[in-house]
Amino acid sequence: MRAFSYERASSPQAAAQAAMARDNAKFIAGGTNLLDLMKLEIETPTHLVDVNGLGLDTIEETDAGGLRIGALVSNTALAADERVRRDYGVLTRAIVAGASGQLRNKATTGGNLLQRTRCPYFYDTNMPCNKRAPGTGCSAIEGFSRSLAAIGGSDFCIATYPGDMAVAMRVLDAEIETVDPDGETRTIPIADFHKLPGETPEVENELRPGELITAVTLPASVGGRHFYHKVRDRSSYAFALVSVAAIVNEDGTGRVALGGIAPKPWRDETAEAEMPNGASAVMRRLLADAKPTEENQFKVPLAERTLAAVLSEAKG
Amino acid sequence: MKREHNGGITRRDLMIVGAATAATYAFPKVAYGQANVEAPASGEALKALDASLKSEVSFTVNGTARDIAVDNRTTLLDALRETLQLTGTKKGCDHGQCGACTVSVNGRRINSCLTLAVMHQDDEITSIEGLGTPDDLHPMQAAFIEHDGYQCGYCTPGQICSAKATLEEIRAGIPSHVTADITGPIEASDDEIRERMSGNICRCGAYSNILAAIKDVKGQNA
Repeated sequence: MRAFSYERASSPQAAAQAAMARDNAKFIAGGTNLLDLMKLEIETPTHLVDVNGLGLDTIEETDAGGLRIGALVSNTALAADERVRRDYGVLTRAIVAGASGQLRNKATTGGNLLQRTRCPYFYDTNMPCNKRAPGTGCSAIEGFSRSLAAIGGSDFCIATYPGDMAVAMRVLDAEIETVDPDGETRTIPIADFHKLPGETPEVENELRPGELITAVTLPASVGGRHFYHKVRDRSSYAFALVSVAAIVNEDGTGRVALGGIAPKPWRDETAEAEMPNGASAVMRRLLADAKPTEENQFKVPLAERTLAAVLSEAKG
Repeated sequence: MKREHNGGITRRDLMIVGAATAATYAFPKVAYGQANVEAPASGEALKALDASLKSEVSFTVNGTARDIAVDNRTTLLDALRETLQLTGTKKGCDHGQCGACTVSVNGRRINSCLTLAVMHQDDEITSIEGLGTPDDLHPMQAAFIEHDGYQCGYCTPGQICSAKATLEEIRAGIPSHVTADITGPIEASDDEIRERMSGNICRCGAYSNILAAIKDVKGQNA
């Protein structure tokens, strides 16, 4: 790990200012992804701004009938919250499908949104990778791509967004609240938060320099039955090959987003309209633009079958 | 290359030397503050640089107050093992994948390898040494011995810390991936225990005996 200086921030805006004041500064909250990457010298910040002392660790009800989740609420606390379990079951299910108990105790709501890809070439500093070292090329497109994106990638990068929590937040229409160094706040719909790689795969989200996530808000409950089905190589503690976050209503309508298959949680509201017509009708639209590699083409039928399983369970 | 000499060494020299032989130099190889890379590394500047890379932190470990000064890079795991000589907590993968380093911080189990010591000001840390002693074993330690829940023993401190937390998390109603009804009470079934222990890897494969040990302790508490 490279050496770095360290400070504890005193307020969200002060944290944003501290991160802005230096080149190559990063926020640290749970640290479970950042420190892993720092040990491998994939991340090499020279200054860390510790945001753990900022509060931001409560879940409050909003005037709109939803929930406002502080950015520092742990994955465990969020999954176990009584209101989340009752009204946003897809979110609890998604969180507990990810990582291990130890990691979920440390990982935070804000940090989890910023989790970086698990592409093996991103992790291997001996290999070209446009996300880690822009301009060096993508090793994955012609390489081992079994776990990587079948849709949404580009000629520059086919990394997948690895998280589960954000996939559930996508079907719930969550919004991300931030503060910048000037104290300005803004709200970013989760649909716009994660970026597709295009020609700049190193730009993974909408955040500007110094901007700090302070909370994630959920709109009022939309009811329905909530599902998160995750297909992976082992039954626990593994990243998704494909995951399906879904809310299914009595009349067969609903919402669906996919994880593990794209550079961001993958949802298309026009495809969703096909839910009463079954999984293949949905996937024909949702994955119409899929460009899988030979190694990951299995993900396209796997996504359809996983949704079919969800819809079948919803009927039964 | 033009070099400004100040005390015989410039920061650029330091970086070059540091990059080649990082292990033998106390100074970091990092370019600290990109704008200042060319600044001469005077004695004072070096002292300030060095000081900025270390921090003091105070926390309690197994009930004892500890004040330590560490390089900012020091993980909680390394602080426990190297700084405080509490070597019960083990370093396995050092990347949060194996669970050998599991300790409790403020009542929640975490991977001590994936957190910095300086991030734990005022925290209460419990390592395997804080659970029991050879003469007064924690019930989970006794159960691991009774059920032969290990072979080489390297992952065992992490397994025991995690096992204790697993039963506490079930009692606290925290749902898991295998919980059928996430709105209801949770039964400490074999599947629940297995799922919750999936962050602790045992290369010897003592899993069935670890499960038996945890079930034994669950029964004692019931």
